[in-house]
Amino acid sequence: MTLTGIPSMTATTIFSAKKIITMNPSQPEVSHVAVREGRILGAGDLASLEAWGEYTLDDRFEDKILLPGFVEGHAHTMEGTLWRYVYCGFFDRMDPQGKSWGGLKSIDSVLDRLKDAEAKMVDPEEPLSGWALDPIYMGNRRVTRQDLDSVSSMRPIGVLHASGHILNVNSKALELAGLFKEGINHPGMPLGDDGIPTGELYGPETMTPVGVHVGFNRSLTDSDEKGLRDFGKLCVRTGVTTVTDLAARLEDSGVEAMLRVTGESTFPARVVPLKFFMGATAKETVDRALELKGKATDMCRLGRIKAIADGSIQGFSARMRWPGYHNGAPNGLWYTAPEQLEDLYRIALNANVQVHTHTNGDEATEMVLDTLGSVLKDVPHPDHRFTLQHCQLADAAQFRRMKALDMCVNLFANHHFYWGDEHYRLTVGPERALRMNACRTAIDTGVPMAIHSDAPVTPLGPLFTAWAAVNRITASGRTQGEREKIKVAEALKAITIGAAYTLHMDDEVGSIEVGKKADFAVLEDDPTQMSVEAIKDARVWGTVQGGRVFPAASL
Amino acid sequence: MIPVTVIGGYLGSGKTTLVNHLLRNANGVRLAVLVNEFGELAIDEDLIEAQADDVISIAGGCVCCSFGNDLTAALGNMAMMDPPPDHVLIESSGVAIPSSIVNSLVFMPAFRADGIVVLVDAETVQRSASDKYMGDTVTRQIADADIILLNKVDLAKAGALEATRAWLHIQNYAVRVVESIHGVVPPEIVLESFLVRARAGGKHIEPSHLDVMTIMPTGPVDARVLARALSDLSVGLVRAKGFVTQLDGTKALIQVVGRRFDVTDAKAEKADGIVCLGFKGLMSRETLEALV
Ligand SMILES: [Zn+2]
Repeated sequence: MTLTGIPSMTATTIFSAKKIITMNPSQPEVSHVAVREGRILGAGDLASLEAWGEYTLDDRFEDKILLPGFVEGHAHTMEGTLWRYVYCGFFDRMDPQGKSWGGLKSIDSVLDRLKDAEAKMVDPEEPLSGWALDPIYMGNRRVTRQDLDSVSSMRPIGVLHASGHILNVNSKALELAGLFKEGINHPGMPLGDDGIPTGELYGPETMTPVGVHVGFNRSLTDSDEKGLRDFGKLCVRTGVTTVTDLAARLEDSGVEAMLRVTGESTFPARVVPLKFFMGATAKETVDRALELKGKATDMCRLGRIKAIADGSIQGFSARMRWPGYHNGAPNGLWYTAPEQLEDLYRIALNANVQVHTHTNGDEATEMVLDTLGSVLKDVPHPDHRFTLQHCQLADAAQFRRMKALDMCVNLFANHHFYWGDEHYRLTVGPERALRMNACRTAIDTGVPMAIHSDAPVTPLGPLFTAWAAVNRITASGRTQGEREKIKVAEALKAITIGAAYTLHMDDEVGSIEVGKKADFAVLEDDPTQMSVEAIKDARVWGTVQGGRVFPAASL
Repeated sequence: MIPVTVIGGYLGSGKTTLVNHLLRNANGVRLAVLVNEFGELAIDEDLIEAQADDVISIAGGCVCCSFGNDLTAALGNMAMMDPPPDHVLIESSGVAIPSSIVNSLVFMPAFRADGIVVLVDAETVQRSASDKYMGDTVTRQIADADIILLNKVDLAKAGALEATRAWLHIQNYAVRVVESIHGVVPPEIVLESFLVRARAGGKHIEPSHLDVMTIMPTGPVDARVLARALSDLSVGLVRAKGFVTQLDGTKALIQVVGRRFDVTDAKAEKADGIVCLGFKGLMSRETLEALV
């Protein structure tokens, strides 16, 4: 990555632009922004900034639109690592190098792409791995080991689904795992007519033992150094300057690697990693978060916690209130008990550590509201900003309770596009599908709101996420939930200052005003002047992060 | 294959106390305990010999490991221990569905399921089962159990205890319900590995409502038919283990945990005989001998 930044960090550079959208209510649009020491010295017209003394005028953004650098409030840096595998998704998607991979519309085209990749491999035993498969869009045909055997029967092959909850493998992979046999009795491993597993593996307990043979190792959730650098490139290409890594194990070695990479002078994004509440007590987790907080740097904001209350809606593991799943599936699973969450919230509030909690089903959301509500009676904590992540099925009453408890919400706007049709037809039915990710209700109720991609579950790209919340179009082209649409200005706020607020960072990032980080998303097109259906296509030139300029074209 | 027992039950049902009781009474059986996390009181202090990051060494060659969110990896480590443990005990989290843990053993050829033991707080279980959020998790755990340890019976009122027992059998018809106080039960009930020792030592079984008998088949039997018969609720067995000669002359190993039974091939030199642990008054020598 080339650094075409400012010669001296103490000098002042004034950038001129076609338009600077500031998200600062006292001056929403300006023409110039002055930068010194990686921070915003001032925004306004040139005359108002000249009083700061000597400066260099940089007019390279003369025909560009500047926004505050986008803040992605729920992503996982592992997306950077996944790009080492063959992309098998239905939708077009850009890799860290900027190459756009065409979406594959049939199982045959997936197999063809895998065959191309296979033909380039030298070592005959090396596993071939793919990701982002989504047969829902391919007539819902099931993929079997025989399909993948047609790519190769000699080397192990595994293709991870877009949801991350299903893995397809070939016969060789089953053989290596000792599972190419009859008599296997497990709900997560369907058998073919011949009594041998079909190669479809559902859930981590079946995916893990086979996954290690097809290149998906156990610590997939933690990106390595190269993965993190690649993720940084995706940030530049999508205008992101601050990004969460929403639930990492954050063991010592992983933390060191993350501090090292984010500390490199060419690394372009501020990473906010949250410690996963799993496999340790509430006290241990908060203690660890505090210890990590002590190691935090400007570019690596350690010291927050993520908890998970339930599973996923499309996986039928989300916890639903009555009347439950539309297709009659049994209620989902709790990942954390209310007593454990209560412990966590209490200890974290006392230690001034922020907790974000994943809820998908409305029963999980209700449980968190009850639990935090009762803890806050004992431990009042003004401005805690505990945030519900996903929170996809919350109804109006639940948003009112969030408001009453001073909670924030980060809604999964992208999900609506990718799986909205499935939810309408199968999982929750029409009425609840219309209110999923109810951005309008959140804003009208006064709940501080962000919207997210959950990359790699859906692609990183705040402008796409904004488009999804504004248009609420599903993959089949239907508008689902007309009444929950929000305005472009509201969506742009959600991907900047809105997301920054949920991280307690709105005093530093999320708007272009004096004193804040010099973090900008640099766009070729002005999303406020495009048709609302087109804002996802506003072109990203690159970013400025901490005053350093990162053109996507020279990554 | 190393037997694996899953200890399930909601938070506060007494799993930790039970695990400590078993470790205290291990008597040479090398137990490996896998816990979701080391809480503050996971293992009684006086039992701990040494503690590294995620492994606690315990007197008598036992260990306790925390598996966090990767049980498969932890079991893999157990299988590679030298020497391997005699028995693995998985203390599942309060929200875990025990059958899904047992199901996942399919992928671990070094291990064999030795049943699901679910602890139930006699005083509070019916209330937990109607909890707005956790009710169905509690009843799913009960439905998964081969053996229920009805704990804290000293705290429950007499009439209430009977009602709780009746209710448990509605949730899980064939489950064997054993009463306990502070998780104190004969280790033989929880772990098959102890059952073998009970026979060898002719050990006396407490509490008094349980009994051990050894039955000797008089000739070759159909092991599968016999195992199924032993697992029938009416026979009054909690556990059984032993060897029989099959109709074709080969040896078979029979293992019964409540309603769950398993028949596997065994070495020819094994002597016939089945140790049965059951409820006094319900399990009778006549009934058992009639089956063989
Ligand atoms: Zn996520």
